[in-house]
Amino acid sequence: MTTAPRAEQPGLYYPKLPATWWLRRPAYVRFMLRELSSVFIAIFLVVFLIQIYRLGQGPEAYAAFLGTLRSPGWIAFHVVALAFALYHSITWFNLTAVVQVVRFGERQVPPRLVAAANYVLWVVVSLAILLFVLRG
Amino acid sequence: MSEETITLEVTRYRPGQDREPRAQAFNVPFRKDWVVLDALNHIKDRMDGTLSYRWSCRMGVCGSCGMMVNGVPKLTCAAFLRDYHPGPIRVEPLANFPVVRDLVIAMDDFMEKLRRVKPWIIREREKPVAEGEYLQTPAQLDLYKQFSMCINCMLCYAACPVYGLDPVFIGPAAIALGYRYNLDSRDEGYRLRQPILTEAVGVWDCTFVGECSVVCPKGVDPAAAIQRTKVASAKEWFMSMLLPWGGKQ
Repeated sequence: MTTAPRAEQPGLYYPKLPATWWLRRPAYVRFMLRELSSVFIAIFLVVFLIQIYRLGQGPEAYAAFLGTLRSPGWIAFHVVALAFALYHSITWFNLTAVVQVVRFGERQVPPRLVAAANYVLWVVVSLAILLFVLRG
Repeated sequence: MSEETITLEVTRYRPGQDREPRAQAFNVPFRKDWVVLDALNHIKDRMDGTLSYRWSCRMGVCGSCGMMVNGVPKLTCAAFLRDYHPGPIRVEPLANFPVVRDLVIAMDDFMEKLRRVKPWIIREREKPVAEGEYLQTPAQLDLYKQFSMCINCMLCYAACPVYGLDPVFIGPAAIALGYRYNLDSRDEGYRLRQPILTEAVGVWDCTFVGECSVVCPKGVDPAAAIQRTKVASAKEWFMSMLLPWGGKQ
């Protein structure tokens, strides 16, 4: 966000938003949580990249890394990251339905149906990945 | 038996005299069919004639009586006292705007932004009247209709923290109206309007808090208009990068 100074006219009162503005309404808090989710997802991805790097270093290095991940701190982090990832995904799917107008001929497909299609696709892809992991 | 009353905590600000606004409490009759605007009119008529606020139609059409009611942007002509019973009800000027006096805000910034998005039909060549009207099918009307319901009440600006933090943001209503004319089959001004909507202080300033659409009293969805403009703009950018003819037909 860019912040440009506004020319203030004398006599008018200019309200200032305090740093705690996002505590004013539950919807703002939910918005900030959604923004915060990106931090946890970013950390998770860095850990994931390190995991792949350690895999390339051989079985012992990888086993040592997995041992580190089994510590209570890392497990707690992953639980929180999963919760944020789910929150982000669900709100994302709901928002896409509003943003992406899908037309069928002259009619607009109801946003709920678009969201439902997203969820179905999510479940199908998740099941496919699960099958792949379990069989491998 | 004395009539039941409800307390309104009304923001007062006298320019040139007060350093900052303060709240003043008024006990007004609690009537089930009264809205906050009726209570303000009662205060002005019977209790304190110096109270200043804007209103006109009292039926949700003119868009001039928008204020913060218990911290939420509302048309005061549509905010019933009974929904806030037993009170007190906090009535403040619309958030994120400079205050002129009491509940009156300065709307110059919004008017300037509204002009900037050119919210009117632009034709490359005006058709002579003799050639008849510009026809439109119901499906073409349906594309933009909800965005044309905007009454410029500015509740969406009061709900938008981006505008509160960074007033250069063009903001929800102006972008939604620009988008509305872009969608209109009679309009040919897309190339003039799109650069304004997609500049840094346009759609890309929006972080999609989404409250603009929640508070809109006319069911307009400015948040969707903004995100759809982002998608269209991003698509155009990709096409211009990928295709030799710059994505232009």
